[in-house]
Amino acid sequence: MTKTLSIVVVEEDQERAVAIVDALKEACVCDVFVVGNSSGLARKIAAHVPDIVLIDAGNPTRDVMEELTLASGPLERPVAMFVSGAAGGLAQAAIEAGLSAYFVDGLAPGRLKPVMDTAIARFAMVRQMRSELAETRRALEERKVIDRAKGLLMKAKGLDEEAAYALLRKAAMDQGRRVADVAEALVTASGLLG
Amino acid sequence: MKTTTIPAAYVPLVDAAPLIVAHELGFAEAEGIALDLTAAPSWSSLRDMLAFGRVDAAHMLSPLPVAMAMGLGGIATALSAVSVLSVNGTVIGVGKPLEDRLRALGYDFDFVDPFKAAEALAQVRRGPIVLGVPFPFSMHVELLRYWSRASALGPEGIVIRTVPPALMASALAAGEVDAFCVGEPWGSVAVERGVGALLLPGKAIWSFAPEKVLAVRTNWAEAEPDLLARLLRATWKAGRWLADPNVHAAASDLLSRKAYLDVPSELINRALSGHLIVSSRGAHRQIDGFLEFHRGAATFPWRSQSRWIAQHLCQSHGSGNPTADTIANVFRSDLHRLHLSMLDPDLPGASEKVEGAIPRATPVASAGGRLTLLPNEFFDGQIFDPSAL
Repeated sequence: MTKTLSIVVVEEDQERAVAIVDALKEACVCDVFVVGNSSGLARKIAAHVPDIVLIDAGNPTRDVMEELTLASGPLERPVAMFVSGAAGGLAQAAIEAGLSAYFVDGLAPGRLKPVMDTAIARFAMVRQMRSELAETRRALEERKVIDRAKGLLMKAKGLDEEAAYALLRKAAMDQGRRVADVAEALVTASGLLG
Repeated sequence: MKTTTIPAAYVPLVDAAPLIVAHELGFAEAEGIALDLTAAPSWSSLRDMLAFGRVDAAHMLSPLPVAMAMGLGGIATALSAVSVLSVNGTVIGVGKPLEDRLRALGYDFDFVDPFKAAEALAQVRRGPIVLGVPFPFSMHVELLRYWSRASALGPEGIVIRTVPPALMASALAAGEVDAFCVGEPWGSVAVERGVGALLLPGKAIWSFAPEKVLAVRTNWAEAEPDLLARLLRATWKAGRWLADPNVHAAASDLLSRKAYLDVPSELINRALSGHLIVSSRGAHRQIDGFLEFHRGAATFPWRSQSRWIAQHLCQSHGSGNPTADTIANVFRSDLHRLHLSMLDPDLPGASEKVEGAIPRATPVASAGGRLTLLPNEFFDGQIFDPSAL
């Protein structure tokens, strides 16, 4: 019988952590521990003697993990990040999904793959949700600025809303810029001129 | 000339300036390239981006490509350091508890003498001093180990821990580390937040230490010699621009932007001008050559630098063969000379030198005959002769 896999997920956000843990438990027989970001990270991870460590590639504390990959590091068993072989193909997919994974040397690829496939899918989903959220926020901000610029034009030139927007759009087209950028420039300039 | 985009990554630090300046001031554009710059959240993610092809060039800790060539740290993609981006520029500092004990001892924070600093630390420590560094493969680690071995600190007197620079202040406050070695602006940020004081500039240990390199995948360098030449020329010109003291204020403003370092311009200017404030009491120290981008052929990747790094990595990790030619070849003096000799007639004629053997600025052989190497000494007076390996 093979030993139950021990997986550590480094994740500060509780909700995300739970989602990752649930998905992993469905994919394999494993114990999953969640560790938040903190300065004592390496020690806390080592305490779980993990077979696999998963961490967001965008997490700055990731460099602490590199200590675990060294023979003289706090973990007795060497931990590698996609050295070569069967795991190599997974590396590219993981990096694209924004996931970094470390696992102990000699872990059978057959045991690694289901974990990695699940983690990659989960991280890719989170990444997409994040970028969609950022995009929505940005669009909302831009609309606010455009509305303010329209208001300024309507007041200064006695235009109606449609004519004000047409003027903004024409200025943007003439200058080869985005309407939102022109609107922002107008709002900033108007603020400076008081 | 058709503009080609080169994706490049950096970690937000003052010494990423040559890439940022090459992009912002048109040095890249003049070479017909556009730099698509990405700020990496960590050194490991920067390494992965380069190794797995998400970017083609990166601002990298000088020991990192050497460590990879030695098989340390998990990823083995062959990288070439085609240029040294910066020399020196790090600081060693202590947290508040050590600072207070050093002051009580009468230590004057001279910011000059590594022997004196080590003796003072050895007197006030209660057990090994835990030092935070940004990454296991870094000049920071090698300088700290070198210093501890050759001083009153002793090799067993320090423990080195990885702490991301942005978390260094909180790690100091939480007592996870007692002291640190980081690249600017993070030392000045710690002083400004009142959590520590600066003890020594990195150059007090080794006065001409290659700190960051411009790294590319070796197979990319071979496949794209023309793009590499343009990239090298653009960053070399950016380094030359940065060497003029008159531009330090402008460069500081540029780097301080939210998209780059996002710290006050004044803190960045300290590193560029070598005018540091070493404690929250406001004591000033002026360091000549605190951070070099150009003078003394700073960009030239000496094979002997690569060998020095390899030998010290080998000592620390107990593996790898530092004498192998593949190690010296990580620092590509050949490519640097090939692509820059038209631009700079004063590149060194040699590719290796005895490290630590230049006590004062010294004219040396170059095609143009006007090259002067800057002082290059280890604080304990030792020399490193690569031919004796």
